Amino acid sequence: MTKTITVTVNGTAHTAEVEPRLLLVHMIREVLNMTGTHIGCDTSSCGACTILLDGKSIKSCTVLAVQANGKSITTIEGLAPEGGPLHPLQEGFKENHGLHCGFCTPGMIMRCVELLEHNNNPTEEEIRWGISGNLCRCTGYNNIVKAVQWAGAKMRGEETPSTEPEFV
Amino acid sequence: MIQCKTSKAIGGMGHSLKRKEDARFIQGKGNYVDDVKLPGMLYMDIVRSPYAYAKIKNINIEEAMKVPGVVAVVSGRDLEKYNLHWMPTLMSDTQMVLPTDTVMYQSQEVAAVIATTKYAARDGREAVIVEYEPMKPVIDPFKSLDPSAPVLRSDKEGKTDNHIWNWKAGDKEKTDTLFETADVVVKEQMHIPRIHVASIETCGCVADYDKVNNHLTMYMTTQAPHAIRTVIALVAGHVGLTEEKVRVIAPDIGGGFGGKVPVYPGYVIAIAVSFLVGKPVKWIEDRSENLQADSFARDYHITAEMAGTKDGKILGTRFKILADHGYTDASANPSKFPTGMFSIATGSYDYGTTYMECDAVYTNKPPGGVAYRCSFRVTEAVHAIERITDRFAFEVGKDPADLRMQNFIKKEDFPWKSPTGWIYDSGDYHAGLQKAMDALNYNDLRREQAEKRAKGELMGIGISTFTEIVGAGPSKDFDILGIKMFDSAEIRVHPTGKAIARFGTKSQGQGHETTYAQIIAEELGIPAENIAIEEGDTDTAPYGLGTYASRSTPTAGAAAAIAARKLRDKARKIAAYLLEVSEDDLEWEPGKFFVKGAPEKSKTIQELVFAAYTNHPQGMEAGFEATHYYDPPNLTFPSGAYICVVDIDRETCEIKVRRFVAIDDCGNIINPMIVQGQVHGGLTQGIAPAMYEELIYDEAGNILNGTFMDYLVPTAVESPNWETGHTVTPSPHHPIGAKGVGESPTVGAPPAIANAIVDALSPFGITHLDIPITPFKIFKALKEKGVF
Repeated sequence: MTKTITVTVNGTAHTAEVEPRLLLVHMIREVLNMTGTHIGCDTSSCGACTILLDGKSIKSCTVLAVQANGKSITTIEGLAPEGGPLHPLQEGFKENHGLHCGFCTPGMIMRCVELLEHNNNPTEEEIRWGISGNLCRCTGYNNIVKAVQWAGAKMRGEETPSTEPEFV
Repeated sequence: MIQCKTSKAIGGMGHSLKRKEDARFIQGKGNYVDDVKLPGMLYMDIVRSPYAYAKIKNINIEEAMKVPGVVAVVSGRDLEKYNLHWMPTLMSDTQMVLPTDTVMYQSQEVAAVIATTKYAARDGREAVIVEYEPMKPVIDPFKSLDPSAPVLRSDKEGKTDNHIWNWKAGDKEKTDTLFETADVVVKEQMHIPRIHVASIETCGCVADYDKVNNHLTMYMTTQAPHAIRTVIALVAGHVGLTEEKVRVIAPDIGGGFGGKVPVYPGYVIAIAVSFLVGKPVKWIEDRSENLQADSFARDYHITAEMAGTKDGKILGTRFKILADHGYTDASANPSKFPTGMFSIATGSYDYGTTYMECDAVYTNKPPGGVAYRCSFRVTEAVHAIERITDRFAFEVGKDPADLRMQNFIKKEDFPWKSPTGWIYDSGDYHAGLQKAMDALNYNDLRREQAEKRAKGELMGIGISTFTEIVGAGPSKDFDILGIKMFDSAEIRVHPTGKAIARFGTKSQGQGHETTYAQIIAEELGIPAENIAIEEGDTDTAPYGLGTYASRSTPTAGAAAAIAARKLRDKARKIAAYLLEVSEDDLEWEPGKFFVKGAPEKSKTIQELVFAAYTNHPQGMEAGFEATHYYDPPNLTFPSGAYICVVDIDRETCEIKVRRFVAIDDCGNIINPMIVQGQVHGGLTQGIAPAMYEELIYDEAGNILNGTFMDYLVPTAVESPNWETGHTVTPSPHHPIGAKGVGESPTVGAPPAIANAIVDALSPFGITHLDIPITPFKIFKALKEKGVF
């Protein structure tokens, strides 16, 4: 048994025949072949699969593809136009060394997109709680916090803080 | 401030160059193994044992084969026909690929289901019916040596117990005598718990066997692609897969930390199936499978003792270890030492006598003994010495900082020979600890602590001053299945002065594409942005042993510098020819040779490279390429001084890490931003086992926290704001004076945290708590002391 659904992904409408049990993340990765969205666990704990569903950040391993029928999705691939300027968060992660292996990065960035939309000047604590559904095993989070603050400043049109590492 | 010899435009050593690899990762264009999709590819899922120890009575695949899309179910009996049901471990033990008769740990692979889609493979897995006859497992390593315990490895001829090996180092007689006569002796029993690296990307592969050309391409999450190619050829050479017919590609890797060093059964099964059906086979494990079956780290039970004088002079140490290796010794200790580098446990202190001994045993738990971001058992060693040093300071009534300062090896005494025979290359331990103490006004904190104690509040300050041992390693002591642990670099500079360099190592997030380019930029003056770095493809990269144990900079980094120097020598010859002077009349500054006393007469490196292809001196080989295989003369010995400040809630026992200052000395620094990033990440992987992570098994061998729901990887909330800094003591024997840094923080942080917590609880007579130290553990300890 399959169901026909139409989902708009990064501005393009895709129609597909899917099993009702197909997870949204599998539709994105396996049916649409967009591999920027990652899978890091099987218990909705790690957040590597975070995307925007109608503008809201969700873990796409926890949503069925059929639930996204008629809705609009943004993945990491759709955050900035190809070859165009990067989103401030993408730039912030690069400038502040907010990533090492890059596996959690797409989910982390997509989560932070919504975080900054709600509050473009978050405190360190607000950022830490805001990304507490996304695990990173490499960075120790210091520079992710810095990257989000940097992106926030840029989105507010203010001067961005120094990206040089600070040492005691 | 770190001094740079090159301009920012060249971007050699010391510049905080932004990472070259980031562009693809921030745009979702990384290429990880699960992103590999080949025409006709099949998917594999694995049936796993619910029991820790059981006989397999029957595997019924009838229903599974009826599932639409399922093409095959493979059991140990099927692999046995090709003699592929067993494989060697890195420690020359043996491990089942798939069992024929008995399962030895929970979640062990029992059968593999191959199907046309991921979902069909999972459906097939659920339809396989396995009949087991459960047996009573051996879970407690201390009971494993009991004569009444069943002999688990009955597959080994003549095996009569569960003992694997005994290892010892140091001077037993001298040490025992010292401990009998010393004024002060302290002793603690400690468990360094079984933990899991839990890189956010799990393990997996796509095995692609091409029947027409008899050729295997293996896309695989591996930290050591060349070693894997050789292992495949050794294991499967008899079915025609000799080494020239095997290509291993390690694409982007989503974190390794040692967990992607071993060969897991899933890889071998995927190869076998692809070989038999002639189609690509993808296997990507789930997180739960990863936590429950892939190699664990640590699991050392250590009795640590220290002897000294009443005024705080350390005289000797003694360590007795019981190592729980699970069902087979699948450790990653590629050395002559089954305990890896545990013998660094004498620490950063100047004393003459030690004795250490370890017994390893089999139990019904998953096999392993990988590093979890540490150089082969250094974390266990550092925890033991740093905890027992604090215990000794407490016993003699000295401040743990003063006691460390009193006992440190002095900087003028390097190179220094340790009681177990290591030659520490360089260090300045006093400067590191002083810098850490100054950074958080140590004496003020002690005053604050005294005031709080008077009010009954719990505040603790913990120190860890560790010496690491990394960069494996000198070929006399280190090998993988006989292959010496050198590493390699090959540099090709194109006619227009841009370069590509290839390495035998493999980044899993360390930033090699940036730092290796900086090393070459430093030596040749070619801008780092014009140097492409490639790793992970055995068809193109020179042979190397891979990335783990903080070895990339000490080995392949050294190879890059030396290969670049060979090219600089060639450039000098070409410059002498073009400028019509002798080589001795030339001077180098980053990016060009000029005539001494006439700096206007010069040739840039780009001009010299172009001449190597267009106008080279007669008799000189054309082109501009060099390769070097570097066998290090010694290991490197990074060090660090970490101080942790904790506040513990007297009512809830909640622990808050208020401050954590980490001063690292990794020798000369290639990229300060990347070094700092490595330290941040390692510190979070240090707080993890100190306060949160442990793989817990019940008496029946059931894992009680085998998912990310209950195996507590720290989030941004648990992870404090790390404060880091450095001292720089170059390695005297390394071509660029660097030592390696990736693992120092994971090694150094847990004892700093444990020491801080025990310090907070010391007024109640608590002298030790095993990690992970949780609020409940503190509550129980305080309750025992009558506090609650």
